[in-house]
Amino acid sequence: MRKKVIIIGGGVAGMEAAGQLSAQNMEVILLEKQSILGGHLLNWDRLFPTRRDSAEVLDYLKKGIGSDINVQLDAEITNVKKEGSEFRVILKDGRTFNSEALLLANGFELFDARKKEEYGFGIYENVISSAELEEFFRKNKHPDLFAGIRSKRVGIVHCVGSRDEKVGNLYCSRLCCVTGVKQAIEIKELLPDAEIFSFYMDLRMFDRHFEEMYYEAQQKWGIHFIRGRLSEASENPDQTILVKVEDTLTGLPLKMTVDLLILLVGFIPRPETRGIASQLNLNIGSDGFLSPEDVHTGANSSNVPGVFLCGTLKGPGSIENTIADARAAALQIACYLSV
Amino acid sequence: MKIEGKKQIWKDYQKEIAGDHYFYVRSCVRQNFFPGSEKTFLRILQNELHKDIYENAAHTTCSGIGYHSDIVPIATTMTMIARQFALMTEAGLENLATSCITSFGLYNEILETWHHFPEVEEKTREHLWNATKREFKKPGNVAHASDIIYKYREEISEKAKFKLVNKETGKPLKAVEHIGCHYARMFPGKGVGGAEYPYVLTGMIESWGGEVIDYPERRHCCGFGFRQYLVMANRGFSIACSKKKFDSMEPYHPDFILTNCPGCPMFLDRWQYAISEMEGKTYGTNGQGIPVLTYEELAGMLLGYDPWDLGLQVHQVPVEPLLDKIGIPYDSTKKFSGIHGEDLGKPEPPSVLKFYTEH
Repeated sequence: MRKKVIIIGGGVAGMEAAGQLSAQNMEVILLEKQSILGGHLLNWDRLFPTRRDSAEVLDYLKKGIGSDINVQLDAEITNVKKEGSEFRVILKDGRTFNSEALLLANGFELFDARKKEEYGFGIYENVISSAELEEFFRKNKHPDLFAGIRSKRVGIVHCVGSRDEKVGNLYCSRLCCVTGVKQAIEIKELLPDAEIFSFYMDLRMFDRHFEEMYYEAQQKWGIHFIRGRLSEASENPDQTILVKVEDTLTGLPLKMTVDLLILLVGFIPRPETRGIASQLNLNIGSDGFLSPEDVHTGANSSNVPGVFLCGTLKGPGSIENTIADARAAALQIACYLSV
Repeated sequence: MKIEGKKQIWKDYQKEIAGDHYFYVRSCVRQNFFPGSEKTFLRILQNELHKDIYENAAHTTCSGIGYHSDIVPIATTMTMIARQFALMTEAGLENLATSCITSFGLYNEILETWHHFPEVEEKTREHLWNATKREFKKPGNVAHASDIIYKYREEISEKAKFKLVNKETGKPLKAVEHIGCHYARMFPGKGVGGAEYPYVLTGMIESWGGEVIDYPERRHCCGFGFRQYLVMANRGFSIACSKKKFDSMEPYHPDFILTNCPGCPMFLDRWQYAISEMEGKTYGTNGQGIPVLTYEELAGMLLGYDPWDLGLQVHQVPVEPLLDKIGIPYDSTKKFSGIHGEDLGKPEPPSVLKFYTEH
């Protein structure tokens, strides 16, 4: 008899794990709260560092979702319990599923930039988030966003909602730096005459080819990187944005006007993950993300036998890392269920 | 500007403001800067809103200016504030109403400190007892006086004889609101509307018929900033701060500036005169300045109080252009008369800033 696994979350992690578990002859139930699989990947245009179309990765993941995987969309979870060695998941509309193992893969949310009130997101017309820019790129392959609003000078603000004690997030979201560099290059490709200023604390270009992108941004595209955190943004009468920042390399305050200000928003834990964790008595880290059983040797196990974790519900991670993590989780589940 | 975004923030930062029975603590400096304001606050609370508000002449400075100037140590400041609380407790009251923004910030800072470090509160109680043999209860509610006027802004509007409307054009008057730094910047949740987009003065202006301007240097310091002025060598920075604000608000053509701090109206008012003398520059129309008001003065004006009873004659930037726009009557011959009609003499007119002596 095939062993049953419920996966909560139909984004990159959940889709990859579903494909891997199905390939190992598991009966997989994939629960996704949206009406479509794909998670955040659906909103992304091109991926760093290769700048490939995100649709290519999504197509790869979709290929793993065969007809034998029980995909349940619009799956809003109200209750998750462990009864003996079995799990029962109840949805808001009454749908109920049982399994012998549970994989949590419900990812992250983007930081709500309105919480950095001093930057004016949601108030000033020309302050947008990196996610909005990405979505715009995705929907408009030949965007005229910048031409329309005189975006000759663009500011990019790093670490919005990350490494920020004031908003309660001390952790680094890891991928905002490279996203900012990627988006800066993409804007320059569209508007070669634009001046782009990236305001950063320090650039964490940790993965392969990230540093090369950073060099390209400076050497080929002339993007200015200013080390300093924005203190505030205000709207000028013509709706351009006045920014104030300390240039910490020169030690001087800096005030300048930009036509468009882009806020690189970081990762935050999903609130519903906390609810599930509470029902299952799972360990949560001080940063709000779920804690694995052992950060070094048990990264996909939880403190509750039969409950496994993968992807960005454990903290910020790239697509590459998430796919590898999903495969590792699938392997661990297979081992657990074969015992 | 997306007003919906601001409204969401305003919704997020609402605070509890006691409705009656206040213990009022005055500012050290306001009675010299704008002598009618605190009196007008009491007049509005007692005569218009029929509230119970009590003050004790034995109360002292909170020591905020000394504290922020590194002259008074925090233990002394806490003991002085504990004494104010003791006077309130002895009066059988628990709702503190402060006139000064710095005091408001300091009271909140100390209550928060005591909340996190109860041993510091105990030590302060010991200091107070040793020094005065007094004991105290902590306030149940701490409100700045502008919070209270904000709370009753609609009631004031109903009783008002005038609106913030240009009588010639029928259009709302345009106002710049300037909030004292210590109102909400330390504790955003303690201020109506939070720290970045405070609503306390905006709410008054909107309720009374005016329109608020948001300009790029809205958050910038008025120029007081304690050391910027108290250290004489820094006064160039003080006036530069004020000038930066005036330059930034000028394109929006504000009809007046509204403030809720003791220092802000002082510097925004007096430095306009200084800038006009130094650079020949004025920020209103036809050589006029931009009138700067306290919220009590504005409320009193709209309620129909005599402008000279409000103390508007001591402003460096004449307020008459604003009175004229609204249609508030005034007797220019009595501008420099004393309370019993005696002639106090006229100040020397500025060389640039237009000075009203006749109606």
